[in-house]
Amino acid sequence: MAVLEASGLTKHFHAKRGILGGERGVVRAVDGISFSIEPGHTLGVVGESGCGKTTTAKLVLGLEDPTAGTIRFEGRDLQGLDTAGRRHYRKSVQAVFQDPYASLNPRMRVDAIIAEPLVTNEPLSAAEARSRVLQLLDLVGLPSRAADLFPHEFSGGQRQRIAIARALALSPKLIVLDEPVSALDVSIRAQILNLLRDLQAELGLSYLFIAHDLAAVAHMSHMIVVMYLGKIVESGEARTLARTPKHPYTEALFSAALPSHPDERREEIILSGEVPSPLNPPLGCRFHPRCPHAMARCADEEPMLQDVEGRLVACHLYDAAEHRALIRIAAGVSQVS
Amino acid sequence: MSSSIPSSVSYEPTGQRLPVKTGPLLELENLSTHYVSSGGTRVVRAVDQVSLRINAGETLGIVGESGSGKSTLALTILRVLPPAARIVEGRMLFDGEDLVQKSDAEMRHIRGKRIAMILQDPMASLNPLFTIGDQVAEPIRVHEGAGRATAWQRARDLLKSVRIPSPETRVTQYPHEMSGGMRQRIVGAIGISCEPRLLIADEPTTSLDLTIQAQYLNLLRELQRAHGLALIFITHNLGIVAKMCDQLAVMYAGRVVESGPVSRIFNAPVHPYTEALLNSIPRMGDSAQRLTAIEGQPPDLAALPRGCAFAPRCDRVFDRCRVEAPPEFAPAGRRTARCWLAAADSTPSDMLVQSGTA
Repeated sequence: MAVLEASGLTKHFHAKRGILGGERGVVRAVDGISFSIEPGHTLGVVGESGCGKTTTAKLVLGLEDPTAGTIRFEGRDLQGLDTAGRRHYRKSVQAVFQDPYASLNPRMRVDAIIAEPLVTNEPLSAAEARSRVLQLLDLVGLPSRAADLFPHEFSGGQRQRIAIARALALSPKLIVLDEPVSALDVSIRAQILNLLRDLQAELGLSYLFIAHDLAAVAHMSHMIVVMYLGKIVESGEARTLARTPKHPYTEALFSAALPSHPDERREEIILSGEVPSPLNPPLGCRFHPRCPHAMARCADEEPMLQDVEGRLVACHLYDAAEHRALIRIAAGVSQVS
Repeated sequence: MSSSIPSSVSYEPTGQRLPVKTGPLLELENLSTHYVSSGGTRVVRAVDQVSLRINAGETLGIVGESGSGKSTLALTILRVLPPAARIVEGRMLFDGEDLVQKSDAEMRHIRGKRIAMILQDPMASLNPLFTIGDQVAEPIRVHEGAGRATAWQRARDLLKSVRIPSPETRVTQYPHEMSGGMRQRIVGAIGISCEPRLLIADEPTTSLDLTIQAQYLNLLRELQRAHGLALIFITHNLGIVAKMCDQLAVMYAGRVVESGPVSRIFNAPVHPYTEALLNSIPRMGDSAQRLTAIEGQPPDLAALPRGCAFAPRCDRVFDRCRVEAPPEFAPAGRRTARCWLAAADSTPSDMLVQSGTA
């Protein structure tokens, strides 16, 4: 059974009201997305600013209430949970944020930072809390003397280790990783990514991994969902999706990713224009104004996610008739019009 | 491609990875910039004995972590250092003239005119109170003494050349009315407004989304070809170097630890730091492999170890590394490396300089 299952998850924000009190519009930050995270697995979420990945993270963390749709945790709908159930959920789902300089209180010692979730949630004695802190520090590769120091005495990578130790304090099932390495130095990133993978193997954790570094997401994830303007445009197994993207947006996004070697040559797809405002997203397929393959029907008919070779893709190119034509073209068979 | 951009510069546009057969446009010789605390007790060697050169039309990537001195190096070239910083030694030959010896007044004629710079955050480099037209026209009016009407017309042309849609209306708008990608393109337009020979870009795409980054990098490359610009990319991102640069200099703790042609460094790095850095980046599609992490932390520039600064993190360290900092060796061609491992089959370029051969 999936650890977490979201279906039809939607979050709309109401834009500021005008002078006369009339609504000016609705920002459809997340618009009917569904995904699930298996135990011990990582789900990567990629997309550009405004695609809704941070809102998705907030919904999963319970920091925002969905406008519509459900989140099920271990089979139970979050909406129907009582206070105790809600508390259990909050303990089971933790987060590590981008900037370890902002996420750690500079006036607390490391042992107080890591022990805080323990002390608030479990009836522990000071000695028990302390020994748990030392265990956690060891788990993330920090020496036990770190417990008595303040965050400013650590480098960025070490601070991120402290943040991870804090997230692990309540033995969660799922950790939301929102850009966990992008604030770190290049030579430190691999350390943290390796640590996260080791912890996953050791503790059976599930991750929701959000990052703009596609190679890092592909490296860390089992499954990837690609979002554009609040919608999932493609989802599937991480490595195949990264190697052979199907949706034109995924294709363009991965072709825009920087090469890891100067001799690496690949087809570059440079998209024109920028991501439209989510306040007034294009009708039909939201990607069609920038899409190099846009057809007439893309402007008025919104494509649904459909199964294409074991993957979910929301694109009219893969509708039965068009898809057959595409295969014919790819196979070099002259097209019968 | 490049023909779409008008070029009034006489020299030929050059292919991206072809070195040009002219002399170096900018040559840094043994350049050191130190930050000195007010009492003079603490000295931070932010840039230490850096020797580099870049030819016209070439792209040089300077890669390093935060605190490696790469941004201070850029500020040194433009001579816009904060008060605590001093250029303590070395020469910067730009078109044969030593920028270190220039007066502030002379530098004002070079900055923005012959050497321009693009910074990371376009919102911080644009003045929110002036229109786009004013800001793009300003260097043209200052450096070329053009009138307002002429300068504004040039501004409109420049906006068009950096692919800003409807430049006629955009010139009268303010920075907050633009998206991040558009702002960065406007900063690019200001950079090339006086047709500089050298453009320094300090993390120019860090604040941009991926597809916008790809647009911007392509634009820079087209502008470079059309104007025969030399580009210096300061970045922590090896992907940008792989995509954009001909030459690479890797900085660590204020020093250039390795430099040379990009593809040769990527294929056969000499310095263990370069090698470790290249191995530590995840590659698309090989998620089964564990990343090779570099253990330890970057050093504190105010308290560097006695020998090689990378020695505490190096997996090929030996006794000599801990006591004696390696000089710059030149294994072959345009390559250099500050590592004792490179000593075997080369001559230190420091020695060459001293004996007058360089």
